[in-house]
Amino acid sequence: MPEDAIATQTGEGAANSGPANYLNEPRGLWSWLTTVDHKRIGVMYLFSVLFAFLLGGIFAILIRVQLLHSGGGIMKPETYNKIFTLHGVVMIFLFIIPSIPAAFGNFVLPLMLGAKDVAFPRLNLASYYIYVVGALLGIAAMVTGGLDTGWTLYTPYSTSTNGSVSLMTLAAFILGFSSIFTGINFIATVHKLRAPGMTWFRMPLFVWGIYSTAIIQILATPVLGITLLLLIMERMFHIGIFDPKLGGDPVLFQHFFWFYSHPAVYIMILPGMAIISEVIPAFSRKNIFGYKAIAYSSVAIALVSFLVWGHHMFVSGQSQFASAIFSFLTFLVAIPSGVKMFNWLATMYKGSISLEAPMLFAISFLLLFAIGGLTGLFLGALSVDVHLHDTYFVVAHFHFVMMGGTVMAFLAGLHYWWPKMFGRMYSERWARVAAALVFVGFNVTFLSQFLMGSQGMPRRYYNYLPQYHPMHVVSTIGSWFLGVGFLVMAGYLAVSLRKKMDAPANPWGATGLEWQTSSPPPTHNFEQVPVVTHGPYEYSLMGAGK
Amino acid sequence: MSDSAATLGHGAHEPFLQHHFESPEQQADASRIGMWLFLVTEILLFGGLFVGFALMQSRHPEAFLHAHHHLDRTLGFINTVVLLTSSFTMVLAVRSAQTNDRRRLIVFLLLTIVCAGIFLGIKCVEYSHKFHEGLLPGSFYSHRGDPVPGEFMFFSFYFMMTGLHGIHILAGMGLMCWLLRRAVRGDFSSRYNTPVDFVGLYWHLVDVIWIYLFPLLYLIR
Amino acid sequence: MESNAHVSSVKSYGLVLGALLTLTVVTVSAASVDLGSFNVVIALGIATIKASLVALFFMHLRHGRPMNGIIFVSGVIFLGIFLMFCLIDADTRDVPRPTRLITAPAAAAPVPGPAAGH
Repeated sequence: MPEDAIATQTGEGAANSGPANYLNEPRGLWSWLTTVDHKRIGVMYLFSVLFAFLLGGIFAILIRVQLLHSGGGIMKPETYNKIFTLHGVVMIFLFIIPSIPAAFGNFVLPLMLGAKDVAFPRLNLASYYIYVVGALLGIAAMVTGGLDTGWTLYTPYSTSTNGSVSLMTLAAFILGFSSIFTGINFIATVHKLRAPGMTWFRMPLFVWGIYSTAIIQILATPVLGITLLLLIMERMFHIGIFDPKLGGDPVLFQHFFWFYSHPAVYIMILPGMAIISEVIPAFSRKNIFGYKAIAYSSVAIALVSFLVWGHHMFVSGQSQFASAIFSFLTFLVAIPSGVKMFNWLATMYKGSISLEAPMLFAISFLLLFAIGGLTGLFLGALSVDVHLHDTYFVVAHFHFVMMGGTVMAFLAGLHYWWPKMFGRMYSERWARVAAALVFVGFNVTFLSQFLMGSQGMPRRYYNYLPQYHPMHVVSTIGSWFLGVGFLVMAGYLAVSLRKKMDAPANPWGATGLEWQTSSPPPTHNFEQVPVVTHGPYEYSLMGAGK
Repeated sequence: MSDSAATLGHGAHEPFLQHHFESPEQQADASRIGMWLFLVTEILLFGGLFVGFALMQSRHPEAFLHAHHHLDRTLGFINTVVLLTSSFTMVLAVRSAQTNDRRRLIVFLLLTIVCAGIFLGIKCVEYSHKFHEGLLPGSFYSHRGDPVPGEFMFFSFYFMMTGLHGIHILAGMGLMCWLLRRAVRGDFSSRYNTPVDFVGLYWHLVDVIWIYLFPLLYLIR
Repeated sequence: MESNAHVSSVKSYGLVLGALLTLTVVTVSAASVDLGSFNVVIALGIATIKASLVALFFMHLRHGRPMNGIIFVSGVIFLGIFLMFCLIDADTRDVPRPTRLITAPAAAAPVPGPAAGH
């Protein structure tokens, strides 16, 4: 059967697409739109989230251009409020939360487990279409007036301001289901679809990370759902729960909102960490240090992440007693992340390190996430946060963890699995150029914001005092380097797709079941069900390198 | 029965076995985990409303106390009995599928649908009482002469919680009608009855939510 | 199918229903007796027993795989965490809790009763 497929393929003149694989068989748009193949769904998600990243990135560039000057500039203050709100909404709900789980998790997780697909392939497709519907509604909200509340939608402003608040809220509500269905699929897949011989502690750490993420997706997202419903009810029917004039409590909105949104940031970082746990051993050609510690720390982060949400509310009117508890618990949640950092470094120690693009992004992650994570501790300290809350210090912190962390890891994964997904290698030289531009651009953009923030520059402000002007200019120039870096990246990746499929099954010489099948894989993943007899990073068992 | 399927290899005789699963057991186990995960999301969704209710009630205890006197305890009690009974008939429907008893499966599904209908009917009666007296959610509240201001907040929650619950009852009835159609067609047996089982799980959760709604809304002092 | 192999008897289900209905009567009766703040505890306690009966027997957790029970209990635990911290905050704020103030929203009730207003 495979031979026939190969024969027909070469006969058809589909010269670039190689032998039968998930990309070229079955053919046709309809086969893609109705696919239940996790690999195709992963690819559709990948391009969707990349488009969202482009949209959010355009908003970011606009913000930074506006902030070259205090006031004036290219937009009115009301527009500025909308632009930073939409930047946040798009980046968080349309890009970063789905990104790694839906694009790479979907593609790679069944392969890593030796499975033929995820547990519920049709639910997987449904999750993608729900994402598309949510995204379209979000875009509709943007073009029908947008909203200026900040992505955090705090009441009472969000219940009383004009704008497409309800529509955007509905979009986020729908997007939540996409996230939930992805989470349900992954947990069931990990429990029941592992290949023979793959015990829990022989699973790659990427799987542990995605599994822990799925736990959060299931427990936290419904609370966002009810929060958004309550917001719409309050806005349309004045039910009173969040409105102080009616006896409600606006701080209660913040409790509801952050009960989801804090664990959500771990939905963002855990998959990133999961990728790093794959890339570092592969490019150090060494077994991961402390496999179980990393596995357990992923689950620990998922669970403890639910205990700290009040650290977003230290100055909102939350009681001092509750704030003190949340501050203490926030210090706890940093510990498992610290464990991972040490273990990754220990993995590299005395390893045989090669600095291809995936590794460059992974090493960037180590440095930038360390800064981001440590600055989180500054903010978690109650007394310090009183001064830093709502300043650019916070903005810098979360960009360091979300972009310096998750996006760097996303890029590492993109460059690591690109040959597997598309059967082509990209230009390593241009990848290094892009990595350098992104790294330098990122640091210039956001280190300046730490400085500004610690000196008191408030976030979301259209006007600012003259003393902050130099740092704003520096930050904006950095954003241009960042933008150019991403454009270069888009360029060489697009160019690679026009080449012939020339990637070997295992271009990096990495361990892991996904590298035991062709690049790109056949539709059914493996010619024969793999049987696993050892752990996932046994580089010592491998022969000569790639 | 499983033996013959195993010797056949890919479970070609197994009804509804999907290609990426090795066996019906694996598929059923995976689906059951998925179903329970979904139920947890429902617990947290409704749970948010319970948390909001608890917080607002602790803020306005007298208002909530006075407001709840407008609710008819007898109707609430009857509804609780009806819903518990519907859970009983539903689990018997599942049992009928497990024991290859197609006739009883259909009967018990019908009984469950009837109970659900009665529940909704009584809720309609209750709602129309409220509409009549102006006890409506949010800005529609028009009841006069409240001894303690703020009673409207109780009704905001009353309608949101029973409304969301009612929507879930309706959805459950729809699912049961779908099951009925498939049961008549003969889809279910002791070898394959997961849809019945899972609609049952969903229905029991809807029942559990009412088990908590009833005392909180109708019986608090 | 293995995970659902256990088929309970009609009688056992009937017993559970009997217990549920009895507890419902108990909880309604208890509500008409004034036990102060204990009333809420009793009402929620009985509700929890009823919910547990439904979960264990009607939802087959008693004889099913443990993982499903773990999933269910986890959901309940995290809901409890949400409730607990919100209540801790609300109960420890310095500001005295507003007890009187509110009227209904302006849209529907333009003239409130005599005891309303700040």
